Amino acid sequence: MPPTTDVVNQKPESKAGGSLRAYLRSIAAIVWKDLAAEFRSRELIGAMLVFAALVILIFNFALELDIRTREAVTSGVLWVTFAFAGTLGLNRSMAIEKDRGCLDGLLLAPVDRTAIYFGKAIGNLFFMLIVEAIILPMYSVLYNVNLFQPGLIFVILLGSIGYTAVGTLLASMAVQARTRDMLLPILLFPVLIPLLLAAVKASNGFLMGFEMAEIMPWINLMIAYDVIFIAVAFMVFDFVVEE
Amino acid sequence: MERTPKALIVLTWLTSAVFVVALYLVLIWAPQEAIMGDVQRVFYFHVAAGWVGALAFLVTAIAGGIYLARGEQRWDRIAVASVEIGIIFTFINIVTGSIWARPIWNTWWTWDPRLVTATIMLLIYIAYIMLRQGIEDPDRRARFGAVYGIVGFISVPLTFLSIRIFRTIHPIVVGSSDPTAAGAFNMTADMRVAFFFSLFTFTLIYITLLWHRLRLQQLMEKIEERKLTALSS
Repeated sequence: MPPTTDVVNQKPESKAGGSLRAYLRSIAAIVWKDLAAEFRSRELIGAMLVFAALVILIFNFALELDIRTREAVTSGVLWVTFAFAGTLGLNRSMAIEKDRGCLDGLLLAPVDRTAIYFGKAIGNLFFMLIVEAIILPMYSVLYNVNLFQPGLIFVILLGSIGYTAVGTLLASMAVQARTRDMLLPILLFPVLIPLLLAAVKASNGFLMGFEMAEIMPWINLMIAYDVIFIAVAFMVFDFVVEE
Repeated sequence: MERTPKALIVLTWLTSAVFVVALYLVLIWAPQEAIMGDVQRVFYFHVAAGWVGALAFLVTAIAGGIYLARGEQRWDRIAVASVEIGIIFTFINIVTGSIWARPIWNTWWTWDPRLVTATIMLLIYIAYIMLRQGIEDPDRRARFGAVYGIVGFISVPLTFLSIRIFRTIHPIVVGSSDPTAAGAFNMTADMRVAFFFSLFTFTLIYITLLWHRLRLQQLMEKIEERKLTALSS
């Protein structure tokens, strides 16, 4: 049986039309909880940032990022960095909930369980965007390229939304498995490939100054990906946290 | 010890006989392709294996959805049995494709949408198996398997679409044909017979294997139960 039934019985108004505000408030409460915990401990963003900086440094030596090769590979390097740093954050964000028993507390709260999903996903999106907001200027300074273009930032936003939408769902499954740290990237990356490919291509298009007609298919693909997977995660998240 | 159901024994023998006929049709009866020669005969089983792979993963996604809706154990059994068969046939599909590509494209591998999509699909379902292996609670294992089976299946067409936007050299024999693709050809009537018979044969093999695998799963569960009762008494 879907687990929502008992929640609905306790709080019948949560499904009524006027309760959208209550739903949004519970999402905001979970996001706020994650942000407040992070700003006190600074564990997650710190680790993600150091890791992202290391990945960029390793790329520097592995690819010899001189002037000519740099232009062609910048978008690829950026997205690989974001994807790797992102799994670190996703794993940690769900592991905290699992290890300290917080997830059980959240599940006991009389809110719709999809609100927990959206709360965690938006929290993860925030962390990802913060890391990206620091990595972008760092990369710009280190390699003397201007990454502050509205188009590129829009692509990064779209990509991060899709990444955290799928990542939060899969991370909440992975933390409940025996092999959890190994499992998340293996589950996540094959499903992410269309999004990452579109993100790399669209970013590259903006960096190289391609025409919009060439970039639009990739942007449309990313929007479709985001919408489809947010909808799927919304429908199946109940089954992932069910006890 | 339970006996194998009679219908399953008949089906197994029938499938074997049909497979022998398919081998005859593909290797001897179908005409030799004018340009590619005998290596073109890989095509029949190559496409049939790819079809079974896709069918198997579709069955997994649907069975997973029904499992989530109803919570009946047998749908989960179907889902996992189907994934295992799908992995094997997708692998056969990729390997036979490589064998064909070596003389025709002069390379074992290209970064063509269909090749890459098939490989990523294979990786998704290997991840599916690994996810299930990491979870002990059977109920949770079934739920997570169903969720990942659905998420993975939805991502496959998007993967294909995304890689499709690059130019492809894979021949499209069925449906709209691009004559410029290397290795493209038109099927004659005899080839078509062999082709559809191969599809039919492989679908039959899929059904037979699925049935055997489901039966195996039931027997394994029975052994588990008996072990538990023996230990507790």
